[in-house]
Amino acid sequence: MSRPELQAPPEIYYGDIEAKKYTQNTRIQQIQADMTYRALELLNLPPDQPAFLLDIGCGSGLSGEILEEEGHTWVGVDVAPSMLEVALERELEGDLFLQDIGQGFGFRPGSFDGAISVSVIQWLLNAETSHPSSSPPRRLTRFFTTLHSALRNPSRAVLQFYPTSDDQIQLITSIAQKAGFGGGVVVDYPNSKKAKKVFLCLFVGSGGGQQVPKGLEGEEGEEAEDRAKFERRRQREKRRKDSKKKGIKDRDWILRKKELYRRRGKEDVPRDSHYTGRKRRPVF
Amino acid sequence: MVRLITHNLLACHVRGCNSNNFPLQFQDVQIGLREAEFNPDFLRGFLPKIEWNALVDSARQLGDTSLPAEQPVMIDDDFLKTLHHVLLEIHVEEGAMVCPNCKHVYPISNGIPNMLLADHEIG
Repeated sequence: MSRPELQAPPEIYYGDIEAKKYTQNTRIQQIQADMTYRALELLNLPPDQPAFLLDIGCGSGLSGEILEEEGHTWVGVDVAPSMLEVALERELEGDLFLQDIGQGFGFRPGSFDGAISVSVIQWLLNAETSHPSSSPPRRLTRFFTTLHSALRNPSRAVLQFYPTSDDQIQLITSIAQKAGFGGGVVVDYPNSKKAKKVFLCLFVGSGGGQQVPKGLEGEEGEEAEDRAKFERRRQREKRRKDSKKKGIKDRDWILRKKELYRRRGKEDVPRDSHYTGRKRRPVF
Repeated sequence: MVRLITHNLLACHVRGCNSNNFPLQFQDVQIGLREAEFNPDFLRGFLPKIEWNALVDSARQLGDTSLPAEQPVMIDDDFLKTLHHVLLEIHVEEGAMVCPNCKHVYPISNGIPNMLLADHEIG
């Protein structure tokens, strides 16, 4: 199936049904949680200090829940009303806004200690109407400039997204830089098809001290191995099928059986010799 | 769930509306009170970000007059508790927020403000 962002705009794609499905799917929950923890790690907030964070594209609040657990206060924005409805039902602490991030934020300068976003900004890359205000570069510019001003100096924004091509990464990073952000792209598990994750790690007011963190290496995370539970078993079975079957009635087996019969007192058990269990070659 | 903590950060983002666009005025509001966990460290950290006059004004609009008109210099626990109540426990459930400058109305329904703009209002 093609990517969700190519099928319909987010507020339509995430209708009532899709919003419920998205929130209840344990696999999605797990992936979202992993990425939220990783994003928090990349945010590099001062330890043991409650922060005021912005969750861009909060959806049903899967990531917000984690921010709460970590002791932070958060504000979530999303464009899909159905998702926000689910978030309301889940009774989270954060304030929610129905907002199109491509239209920019109205937050006062310096409002937030950081921003995270999980699987969102690829939605900004599609034009939904031919109106100039919905051209992707313009929406991205508006998004990044207003985000930049809404963040405190110094702080970070970590945005995980799914690019389809390097051009998209190029476009997004160049616009983010024009908006005044420092930083760059962090790629986790670059060699894995499934576990590969792209994080845009942006700094406000670098002060020279900040460096783009390194992506995680290796094939996949350990948790990822956990998740694909039957993969190894399937491989083992396949290998077994492929390899030539060795007979089970080999010499050892025959000797064992004969021994057993003798012990049971069976008569006419052939005696053992070096011909036992040997293949009868075709007579010349 | 519009609380005053976020309302105090929110300005109008309509195109060309750059001055006098803060704070948004409440209109026909219904409020609900919900208890939240008291976290003095967070409040202390958040205090510098608050626009005090705007906060007092909006709190009065919501019918809460417990805050002093001037931000006190001495920060004690009683003050933090009042602040906590005003910032985090008053939820605006229904109503609207109106920009004092361009009069754009952001309706609030079910606790969620609708911040979407029409095409000609996008900056």
